[in-house]
Amino acid sequence: MTLLDWLIALPALGALVVPMMALPPENQRLIRYFGIAISLVELGIAIGMAVAFKLHTSSYQFVTKVHWIGAFGIDWYLGADGISLVLVLLTAVLFTIAMFAMKGVKDYRAYVGWMLLLEAACMGSFTALDLFLFFVFFELTLVPSYFLISDFGLGASGRAAIKFFVYTFAGSAFLLVGIVSLVFIHDHQTGHLTFSLPALMHTRLPKDTAILLFLAFAAAFAVKTPIFPFHTWSPDTYRSAPIPAVVILAGVMAKLGAYGLIRFNLELFPATSRELAWLMMTLGVAGILYGAIVAAGERDLGRMVAYSSLSHMGFIVLGIFAFSAEALSGSTLQMVNHGIYTAAIFLLLGMIYERRGTLDMKKLGGLQKKAPMFAAVFILVVMGMIGLPGLNGFVGEFLILIGTFITHRWWAVVAVLGVVLGAIYLLWAYQRVFHGELKDDRGFRDLAPREALLLLPLVALIVFLGVYPMPLLARINPTTSAIVHHVATAPALGSSTVSSIVTGGTK
Amino acid sequence: MFGTLVSQLPIRLPAISYQAIAPEMILFGAALVVLALSATIGRREHPELYRGIGLLAALGEGAWSANLLRLVDKHGASLAIAGAIANDGFSAVVGIIVAAALVLTMLIGPGFVRSVAGQGPEFVTLLLISATGAIVMAQADDLIVIFLGLEILSIALYIMVGFRLRDGLSREAAFKYFILGGFSSAVFLYGVALVYGATGSTNLLKIGSFLSTHVLINNGVLLFGLALILVGFGFKISAVPFHVWSPDVYQGAPTSVTGYMAAMAKIAAFAALLRVLTVAFHLQLQYWRPIIIALALLSLVFGAVFALRQREIKRMLAYSSINHAGFILLGVLAATSGGIRDSLFYLGAYSVMVIGTFGLISMIQVDTGKTEGSLSLTDVRGLGQRRPAMAILLAILVLAQAGAPFTSGFIAKFSVITAVIAVNEYWIAVVAMIAAAIAVAFYLRLVLALFARDENKVGAGDALYPVPVRGGSDAGFLQPSRASQVPVWIGIWLSVAATVFFGVFPSLLLNLVGKGKIFF
Repeated sequence: MTLLDWLIALPALGALVVPMMALPPENQRLIRYFGIAISLVELGIAIGMAVAFKLHTSSYQFVTKVHWIGAFGIDWYLGADGISLVLVLLTAVLFTIAMFAMKGVKDYRAYVGWMLLLEAACMGSFTALDLFLFFVFFELTLVPSYFLISDFGLGASGRAAIKFFVYTFAGSAFLLVGIVSLVFIHDHQTGHLTFSLPALMHTRLPKDTAILLFLAFAAAFAVKTPIFPFHTWSPDTYRSAPIPAVVILAGVMAKLGAYGLIRFNLELFPATSRELAWLMMTLGVAGILYGAIVAAGERDLGRMVAYSSLSHMGFIVLGIFAFSAEALSGSTLQMVNHGIYTAAIFLLLGMIYERRGTLDMKKLGGLQKKAPMFAAVFILVVMGMIGLPGLNGFVGEFLILIGTFITHRWWAVVAVLGVVLGAIYLLWAYQRVFHGELKDDRGFRDLAPREALLLLPLVALIVFLGVYPMPLLARINPTTSAIVHHVATAPALGSSTVSSIVTGGTK
Repeated sequence: MFGTLVSQLPIRLPAISYQAIAPEMILFGAALVVLALSATIGRREHPELYRGIGLLAALGEGAWSANLLRLVDKHGASLAIAGAIANDGFSAVVGIIVAAALVLTMLIGPGFVRSVAGQGPEFVTLLLISATGAIVMAQADDLIVIFLGLEILSIALYIMVGFRLRDGLSREAAFKYFILGGFSSAVFLYGVALVYGATGSTNLLKIGSFLSTHVLINNGVLLFGLALILVGFGFKISAVPFHVWSPDVYQGAPTSVTGYMAAMAKIAAFAALLRVLTVAFHLQLQYWRPIIIALALLSLVFGAVFALRQREIKRMLAYSSINHAGFILLGVLAATSGGIRDSLFYLGAYSVMVIGTFGLISMIQVDTGKTEGSLSLTDVRGLGQRRPAMAILLAILVLAQAGAPFTSGFIAKFSVITAVIAVNEYWIAVVAMIAAAIAVAFYLRLVLALFARDENKVGAGDALYPVPVRGGSDAGFLQPSRASQVPVWIGIWLSVAATVFFGVFPSLLLNLVGKGKIFF
């Protein structure tokens, strides 16, 4: 077994053990410690992988391949390249923090069990190289997240959970049909029934089929990311999920969509990606602007962050379909950055909710006087989100915009507006909540040591990655250059001769 | 007079291969033994003995089917009894699936049925007889023999549905099922007659070879006959638009009978349907495939959408079973090119799941003090806190029905989707998956209710289906004792374990059903 097998097996085994830990109520903490311990070991494995990871190569590492379902040619096939690696790292970090953030829950068994299962499913999705295996893990993420939202959420979380499940499941419906169709076309061409990604990359597709398959794959990932206009589940879900779960939902699972676009849409359908780049980039830019505008109008902090998340994911999509190495590296890096600052901001919102029982900006105000430390951390995270140079958001956004400007100038120009709008609504929100008059006489506790410790690693990462992103970029760059090269050199689609350069701009 | 007739028209009995029909003989023989025993040693004295005999017979039938499968593997498939019975991999595999469904029902059902229908041997006997009918349908290579099996199965089911004599719902259900079932049997038989008129035979192989050597100038009679046969099957599998009986019958029948009926009627009818379409009418593909597609799509979509509106769990599961029938029909429409394996996989996985699901619902009905006729979503609210084991197992089975990964339900849906795509019907696959997404919503609503944090409150559901007062319509309702719950738990655990095991290691089951090839 390679490190990757353990990465998935360990939390899965943990999820099996946890339900059997029937402990008396006063010892429920032990279950939480068990969860924390597993997530720490998981983080250790991820860091071990990052250290052992060979730089300057774009090939898959830590590969493991075992036959699973012979009748369909399905393998247990895992491997990690640079993109998978940084996302695995992000997953390990955020799950550790989410485990620590769990507090005041009545039923730790269910909570920790679902979290561990979710961790296994996320790790599996980021490293699966067999399309069926990927689909299984991709779907498996839904079950634990459904239970986390519905059983531990705030307010009317049951409806939000069902909405979340049905939306994403409907998206995956297209993905499954797309996967199976592609496999059968490959089977007809080569007589080799297989779901393995490297093999399927060599399928020759007629133009119409390729476009339909591209859209089928993109539908699932667009819902998951979410990409405008498939985002309608996300504000409700982010608003009503419990904080540790939303850290994972927004921080890790949103990346599943973007990761899927890179790993499957770009690698399986390079020429179609080139052809439909205008569509995806337009949706990305629309998401950037729409998310920012709606966020500016929101009076609820949770929903505002959800829309700002939509806006930021728009940048990532833009970078993916700009097809320059800088933009793709920027997008990958931005996935990590977005995960980190979204986790931090949701933790902070959770702390406000805990103290005041509301996230309505109208009912909050002047908190800075009561809790200066809290305000300082909040403004630092907000600055990271805005993309202040020296903090992590800047590096990713800058790379994306530069890379997009090289290949698709006008999209980049419009997207910059999103950065400006982002600064506006985030600073407004900060002002309304932390400055001005106090809205009620209740006190507002400053950060407790536990809370400070929870935020410390995230804040440290925000600053560190803003100043020195090289450790990540060094691992990302070989892979992203290889993918951009793969897309750029793929033969054009079908019979039409000029169509492939329609979106080219100035290359 | 009679004597002279016989001497003038000598009837030659065909050679009977007892080996081939041993599965039926084991089951039917056991049914007779149970009846004879109950007549001699007292009807109500030994309920566990009857169950034991039934279990043994079911296991014996399964073992013999496995043996037949081994023999078919070794010596090849063959016909028996003048070509009326096919002894092939398909019938052996169906025999194994029937045995699995029967074993689970024998474990789960009798305890509950006894509490509503008394301690007699009727339930076990009828289970064995109906399973006999199912096997006859699976093996039959002749339309008349299929009809014979259909009637053996159906008549036993009509009686079982009406077991809760004192409840109006149950009587209504049994009556409705009987009238509509009898009507659909008649339609089926008329279809058989027309096909006989058009082709000169009721034997599937002869029909198939006749149609491959002759061109019918006017094939209206044949096609009308085929359509009527499909209507008959459509009724048995409760495909939309022949589904109107199923919610009432599912609700009215004793819960364990509902589970058994959902499984066994589907196994038998789909087995016969697959054989009829592939053996007799494989050249009429262009005629029956559009009909099957229409039935499948209607069942998929309407099953999912109507279930959304239900608050009564048994009715909701009735619509869910219509949705499942749609999925199995997807395998049927690809039957001529590999869809048989996927249909069989789906049937096997679904049977095990659904019997376990209804077994758990029986348990919950007893636990919440409801009769077998009703259980609404509000009744199960907060069950996760009172009875965590029940709630968790039910959640697993319901999620498996929804198609969650690492359960056999997921592989089943996946395999029929591959079958449909293999015959290039992409958009049908898309519709099916979207219907599955809609269906997820109502499965999840059940799960949501199970793990709801607020306690059980009396809601609108109870006003619609009032609880009969003890001594009223369900007088004599006995709470099953703890001891009688042991086999129930064994059955439920077996069902959950099989669902999860074959979800993680589907190769074993896929290889088994892959041997289910139809002989022609």
